[in-house]
Amino acid sequence: MSNIDKSFRDFRLLDRLAFGETAVHRLDPRAKVLVTLLYIVTVVSFGKYDLSALFPYFIFPAVMISVGGLPAGFVIRKVLLLAPFVLMIGIFNPVFDREVLVRLGPVGISGGWISCASIVVRTMLTLGAALILVGVTGFPAICGALERMGMPRVLAVQLLFLYRYIFVLTEEGARASRARELRAFGKGLGMKTFASLVGHLLLRTWQRAERIHMAMLARGFVGEFHARREFRFGARELLFLFGWSALFISLRFWNLSRMLGDALTGIVS
Amino acid sequence: MSHHIVEVKNLNHTYPDGTVALRDVSFRIVHGESVAIIGANGAGKSTLLQHLNGYLAPTGGEVRIGDFPLTKATLPEIRRAVGMVFQDPDDQLFMPTVHDDVAFGPLNLGLPEQEVERRVREALDQVGAAHLADKPPYHLSGGEKKRVAIATVLSMSPTILVMDEPTSGLDPYARRRLMSLLRDFHHTKIFTSHDLDMVMDLCDRTIVLHQGEVRADGPTMEIFRDEDLLVGCRLEKPLSMQGCPLCGRVKSEVDGRR
Repeated sequence: MSNIDKSFRDFRLLDRLAFGETAVHRLDPRAKVLVTLLYIVTVVSFGKYDLSALFPYFIFPAVMISVGGLPAGFVIRKVLLLAPFVLMIGIFNPVFDREVLVRLGPVGISGGWISCASIVVRTMLTLGAALILVGVTGFPAICGALERMGMPRVLAVQLLFLYRYIFVLTEEGARASRARELRAFGKGLGMKTFASLVGHLLLRTWQRAERIHMAMLARGFVGEFHARREFRFGARELLFLFGWSALFISLRFWNLSRMLGDALTGIVS
Repeated sequence: MSHHIVEVKNLNHTYPDGTVALRDVSFRIVHGESVAIIGANGAGKSTLLQHLNGYLAPTGGEVRIGDFPLTKATLPEIRRAVGMVFQDPDDQLFMPTVHDDVAFGPLNLGLPEQEVERRVREALDQVGAAHLADKPPYHLSGGEKKRVAIATVLSMSPTILVMDEPTSGLDPYARRRLMSLLRDFHHTKIFTSHDLDMVMDLCDRTIVLHQGEVRADGPTMEIFRDEDLLVGCRLEKPLSMQGCPLCGRVKSEVDGRR
């Protein structure tokens, strides 16, 4: 099975997760979008050598995954998939930054290694949070929430169309790539075939856009979208929003890992 | 009611690249008729359909729906009256959920919320898809998509139902179900199809297009008996009118003898 096929199936799975019926799923999307946004901002705002302070932040994805009933393995796999790219960003830090910051017995750890690890951990956390947001909310609901919070409607509609037709497009792409694979016999004639394959997809997308436009006109579309969605921002949403915000902000100012470490070493000595 | 009349007079259409798609097409379809438009690939069927709700403008001739000639000013009224179901339901279902999609037309008509809800429910009930309301269209099967696509049009209560290849891509069971669904509509119905058995089942009248011209227009059974006409237009008799491959007898003859 080709890679496109497989990633397409994963994508559908992620989409299906949003149909869950847990307490997190039932929350107003706006609350979830805000909390995730705040989470990402606080995680990113840490200094370049902060590593230990980041670990308590794993609690948010962990809680969301377990309460939201998401398959943890799936989320972790998706995040790890991007790990090599993230590593590329930080890989030269150890080369340039050789000043030793931490000593573990005889081994000195340079600032470069710490900042590299910090980049990786931060990306894992933020990516994981974004994936979880989609998994417990669903993309259309996120668009709706963003729109209610002031994003221009045109942009929201564009995103919705993008999401709707990404399924059709990937299916078409997967079919074309399968057809190529079946007649490639291990050779495949290189980049040139891919160029024409992508070109065809583009043309077909163009034609489809025309047909969709026709279908919209046929149903009285005059350039305005009338979305109809219920939102209720109640006590549970407030609690969710302020609970998590308070945690993220206090973790930002107090390094829980170090406090725990100090307390432990204090007991031992 | 004159509302349900579709009249096409000397319709011509030439595409910008010079391809002549329709030549002098004329017909009149009256209230409650069920008409099939058949023809080989490239005969002009889809081009013709796209004129019926004003997506394409004629290069010559005229289209009248009900009491209105098709002009820019009457377009909204005509698009409400002519419910058009496209061949590929993926083109028609573009909203995040089935419910939103069925509500799209009525909301564009500016109907009040309660009325929209009522119409959505009725349309989905009518096609037996009420349980799909909250699903996103891309998680539906082909047959479900087709039925929902019909519901998106029914929710605007059209007086004329136009369908491009309603049975294409459906499995035999879904096809049967769709056919019995269509039989119950008392709209004026216009289909294009290559499924000639369906045409025989659902349509009393058939219009044969060939290279952009109307080659024949008459009762479906008469047209399907005219072998020379069919062969000339690259068509064949419906399977149920062909002899049994084992005994050579024809179903309609057997039925007649009973």
